[in-house]
Amino acid sequence: MIAIVHYGLGNLQAFANIYKRLNIPAEIAETPEEILGADRIILPGVGAFDWAMKRLDASGLRPALEEAVVAQGRPVLGICVGMQMMAQRSDEGKLPGLGWIAGEVRRFNEAAFTQKTRLPHMGWNDVAPFDGKGLFQELTDNARFYFLHSYYFVPRNPEHVLATTDYNGRYASAVRSGNVLGVQFHPEKSHAWGIQLLKNFAEF
Amino acid sequence: MLRPRLIPCLLMHNGGLVKTVQFAKPKYVGDPINAVRIFNEKEVDELIVMDIDATVQDREPDYLRIRNLAAECRMPLCYGGGVKTVEQVERIISLGVEKVALSAAAVADPGLVARAAEVVGSQSIVTVLDVKKSGWRGKYEVHTHNGERKSGHGPVEFARQMEGQGAGEIVVNAIDRDGMMKGYDLELVREVREAVSLPLTVLGGAGSLQDIATLINTFGIIGAAAGSLFVFKGVYRAVLINYPSREEKDTLLASLQHL
Repeated sequence: MIAIVHYGLGNLQAFANIYKRLNIPAEIAETPEEILGADRIILPGVGAFDWAMKRLDASGLRPALEEAVVAQGRPVLGICVGMQMMAQRSDEGKLPGLGWIAGEVRRFNEAAFTQKTRLPHMGWNDVAPFDGKGLFQELTDNARFYFLHSYYFVPRNPEHVLATTDYNGRYASAVRSGNVLGVQFHPEKSHAWGIQLLKNFAEF
Repeated sequence: MLRPRLIPCLLMHNGGLVKTVQFAKPKYVGDPINAVRIFNEKEVDELIVMDIDATVQDREPDYLRIRNLAAECRMPLCYGGGVKTVEQVERIISLGVEKVALSAAAVADPGLVARAAEVVGSQSIVTVLDVKKSGWRGKYEVHTHNGERKSGHGPVEFARQMEGQGAGEIVVNAIDRDGMMKGYDLELVREVREAVSLPLTVLGGAGSLQDIATLINTFGIIGAAAGSLFVFKGVYRAVLINYPSREEKDTLLASLQHL
């Protein structure tokens, strides 16, 4: 069972619909029991960093999430702000992050941009994984995903970068440290490529 | 490489989808959920859905309908119509919508854009500029309430103001071109493009993929939105939801010099 964490943010039903079509058991988790009872966890997110952290705290699900992810080592996939929350801090907010992956979230340096359209990074872009294993199985050839963000994850350990994307320079568009995974893009809104990635997360 | 976005724009009116001509003569084109399902299969880049009744009827957004649309949508969704408060923006984002569009409310209270962006992030706040030429000089002016009210703002000045307030995207909609299918208003686009560095999406006038190619070739990374083009087929404007295939889109983009 995959738990899709319901803390009042992100398109939970879009994930649930995709897993239903794939015949993979998944549920929208609203209680600590539902999170602790799952084999894998998805932490969705849309919105600003502090707002997302506050929502997560207010949901009462954070202790169960930390128990499942940190103490028990269950695989977790953070999406967009859900991924950024796994860092220690963010340029976008004042609150500390979950700190599951050492590193911080920075704002793109607009002054260095050469093109007319700067931020947010909005639209379909290529994702280049370091290898076609795990999360990126069958996604090495021309895979593209939908992005919508102005901040990006900088892991302290470069080995935690799973894939990169070019937006006025390369940055980490997917990260992994052990059982903790995150993607900056929105697989639930990325058609066949996103469905493949969510299938990979369920099976790897 | 970041790609230009090709975006169908759907208008909700009396519970169904319609397509207008110069913001008038709404023609019924189908059921919203059904249209979203077809666009899912066609793998569209993004979708804009506007409730054109909410502001003029001064009513709340239809949250149940928005939730159903968002749940069905396998591509990013931008919702607009009747949004006036930060609480409404929060609620719509929490229903699974990626972006919320503000128009009349942003004209009435530009600070709303800043307050909403503070909570949900700039990337999720879109400002829509419905623009029409008005006055004896025929100057561009932003309108609201389905084109019926003048705002007193020119598009360039208002786009800059919105960027300053923290909007994440500007949608420029040329009312005079709406439903005409004779090409985008490139002059209007150029003025706004030069004024702001936000992602820009253009709506109003697309009648063929060639019109979209011309837009992208002129401006590079841009959002090319269209209503009629993606819901009508042929000279008699028969209702048929359509969208270029992945291959057609890649061929179109590969043929352009600007990218």
